[in-house]
Amino acid sequence: MSESTIAPQHAQPPSGPPQPGDLNDHLIANDFWTDQMLAEAGIPIIDVPFVTFGGGIGSFVTVDYLRICGVPTSAIRVLTPLKTPWESYEYLTTVSQVPRTERLRSDSASTPDNIWGFPSYAFREGPKQWWNVFLEPIFTRYYTPKAGHAFISMEKEMHRIRYPEMVVHGQVRMVRRRVGGGYFTILTPPEGAAATRRIAYRSQWVHVAVGYPGLKFLPDLQKYRQEYNDFAKVVNAYEPHEHLYETAYKRPVTILIRGGGIVASRVLQRIIDDRDQRGLQTQIVHLFRGYVDKAHGPSIFKRRRGADGWAYQGFNYPKSVWGGQLKQQVRKSHGEERAKLYKEMGGTNTPLRNDWLEQLDRGRREGWYRVMIGQIDNMRPVGNLVEVAVSSDQGPQLGTFDFVLDCTGLEADIREHRVLADLLDHSGAGRNPVGRLDIGTNFELLGTQNGGKIYASGSATLGGPFPGVDTFFGLQIAAQEIADDLIKQGFAKKLGPGRSTGQWWKWVRNRQI
Amino acid sequence: MLPTLNGRIQTRIFLLVVVGGLWLLIITPILPTGVGIGASYGATFSVLLVTTVLGVLWELLYHAIQQFRWEKDWPTLFGFLTGINEGLLVWFLFAGGVIPWSDGITGPAFVIAFATTWILVWLVANGPMRVPFVHWRINGGRLV
Repeated sequence: MSESTIAPQHAQPPSGPPQPGDLNDHLIANDFWTDQMLAEAGIPIIDVPFVTFGGGIGSFVTVDYLRICGVPTSAIRVLTPLKTPWESYEYLTTVSQVPRTERLRSDSASTPDNIWGFPSYAFREGPKQWWNVFLEPIFTRYYTPKAGHAFISMEKEMHRIRYPEMVVHGQVRMVRRRVGGGYFTILTPPEGAAATRRIAYRSQWVHVAVGYPGLKFLPDLQKYRQEYNDFAKVVNAYEPHEHLYETAYKRPVTILIRGGGIVASRVLQRIIDDRDQRGLQTQIVHLFRGYVDKAHGPSIFKRRRGADGWAYQGFNYPKSVWGGQLKQQVRKSHGEERAKLYKEMGGTNTPLRNDWLEQLDRGRREGWYRVMIGQIDNMRPVGNLVEVAVSSDQGPQLGTFDFVLDCTGLEADIREHRVLADLLDHSGAGRNPVGRLDIGTNFELLGTQNGGKIYASGSATLGGPFPGVDTFFGLQIAAQEIADDLIKQGFAKKLGPGRSTGQWWKWVRNRQI
Repeated sequence: MLPTLNGRIQTRIFLLVVVGGLWLLIITPILPTGVGIGASYGATFSVLLVTTVLGVLWELLYHAIQQFRWEKDWPTLFGFLTGINEGLLVWFLFAGGVIPWSDGITGPAFVIAFATTWILVWLVANGPMRVPFVHWRINGGRLV
C-alpha cells in the first residue's frame, strides 16, 4: 500500500518514539469525528474552506481556476509532498523517455498554465507550428508541445496565482467527515516541521487529486523478481532504467521489448537514436500481445488506424472525448452502455510520428528490429542473460536477452492508495463500473456529502461520466466543473464573459492575482 | 476542443451574426458594389443571412462525414476549406437570381466580403472565442 503516487517521496512519515498529537484507535475506527475527539488526541485544527491534496497538476489547475474566480489564497490550502505541481509528472515522463526536450502526447490547446487554451502552445511556439496545426492531421502529424514548454509555463502561472503561498508540505493520511458538517483532512508534516505528528485541516470542501494510485506489474515480471531478486535485467519502463542504455553503450546487447503503447514507441526511439548516434549494435525483439495490421474497430463508423503491430491514435483518447460527440455520449450513458463506450475507445495505442516510422522501417529492413506475437510464459536468469519462454503465434519459443524492458503501464487498484482506501472504507465513497472512484458530472465524490463536498479528479476517477480524466485538458475540464459547482455554493465568483476576458488579459500581461 | 453538432450550429450562428455582422458593417461601404450605400448593406447582409441559414444545413452534412472519422473530429483545415463550397453555393444562388429580395451583388464585392468574413470567423472560432466564453470549449461549442 502506498501513501503517495509513484513519484519520489520527500515527506517520509517520522519514525522513532511516539510524538504528541497522533491518531488514536478511537479516531481510526470512527467514520465521523467531532472537534472534541481531535482535541483529546492533541491534534491541532486549522480552518480553511477548501483543501486540495495530491498537489500535482490536478490540484494546480483546480486552484488556478478558483484563483481566477476570485478565491483568495487564504481560503485554499494545497497539501502535498511534492516540491512543484509537475514534479511527479516530470518524473514519470523522464523515466519513460520523454525528457524536457522531447514532445508530450498532448494537444496544442491543452494548456495547464492557461484555462482558456489560448494562446495555445503551438501559437506561442511560432509560425512554423501554426502551419502544422493548420494542416494537422491531414497533411501533418498532430502538433504536441515539448515537455519543458509545459513545465516552464506552469511555473510562470504558479507564481502568477501565488500558488506557493497555499502549499503546505506533508503527506495526507486520511479524510473523515466531521460531526456538524465538513471534513477533517489529516496531514502528516515532514519530520521536525510541526510540533505534533499530525495536523487536521477542517474544511467545507476537499479535493482529492492524488494521481495514479501506483504501478502494477504483470504477474510474470513480479514472479521473476520474487524468485530471482533481479531488478536490473527485467525492468518496467516507468522505473528508472538508464543502466540499460548505458550497458548498450559498452557492448552489443539484445533487448526484448513488450508493449504497444506510446512508452514502447519512445523507448524504441531512444534505443534507435543511441544506435544511430553511437554506432551501436543493439538488437531489438518486440513482443506484441495483439498484433494490429490494419484499421480495426466494430463498425465502419468506429475504425481506428493501425499497421505493423501498432494501433494508431493521435492522443490518449479519440479527440472528441474532450468536448465533442464522444464526451456528450459518455456523459449521457450509464452502466453497461458506458462500459461499452469505454471499451470501444480503449485499447493500447500510440501516435503516428514520422521519425518512429522511419526508424522501425529501417530496423525491419536491416534485421535488427524483429517482431513477435505472443505472451511471456516464463523468465529465468542464465548467467548475465535472461531466458524468456514465449507462447507465440508460431508456437513455443525460447530466447535469451540481455534485458527485458516491459513497456506495459498497468495501474494498480485504487485501494492500493492509502487515502483512497480510507475514503472507500470510512467516508462513503464508492466505485464506478470500472472500479475507480464514483463521481458525478460535477466531479463530486458520490456518497460523501456532509454539509460540504469532496471532489476528485484525475486517474482515480476513470470510468465516470467524462473519459479523458487523466490528461492535461481532462484535469482542466474537471477543474471547471468543480469551480462551477463551488460558484453555485457561493465560494467563488462567476466566470462570465466579463471576468473571463479581464482575467485573460491579466494572464497575457502576467499580472499577479 | 471539438464541438458537437448542436454546438457547431450555435457557434456558427453566433459568430456569423456577431463577428460577421460587425465586420460587414465596417467594410461594406468600401466594397466595389457599384451601388449606393443602402443597397450595398442590403446585398452584403443578404449574403450573410443566406450563408448562415445554409450553413446550418451544411453542418448536417459535415456531421455525417465526421461519423466516418475515428476521432469524430473536424480538422481546422476542413473548417477553413469548407468556405469554398459554401461560398460557391451562395454565389450561385445570388448570381442565379434565386434570392427573391436581392438584386444580386458584384463578383469582386462578393469575393472580398465572403472571404474576409469567413477567414475572420474561422480565426475567432479557433482561439479568441475561448477568451470570453471559457465554458464554450468543454460544452461542445454550445453557448446556451
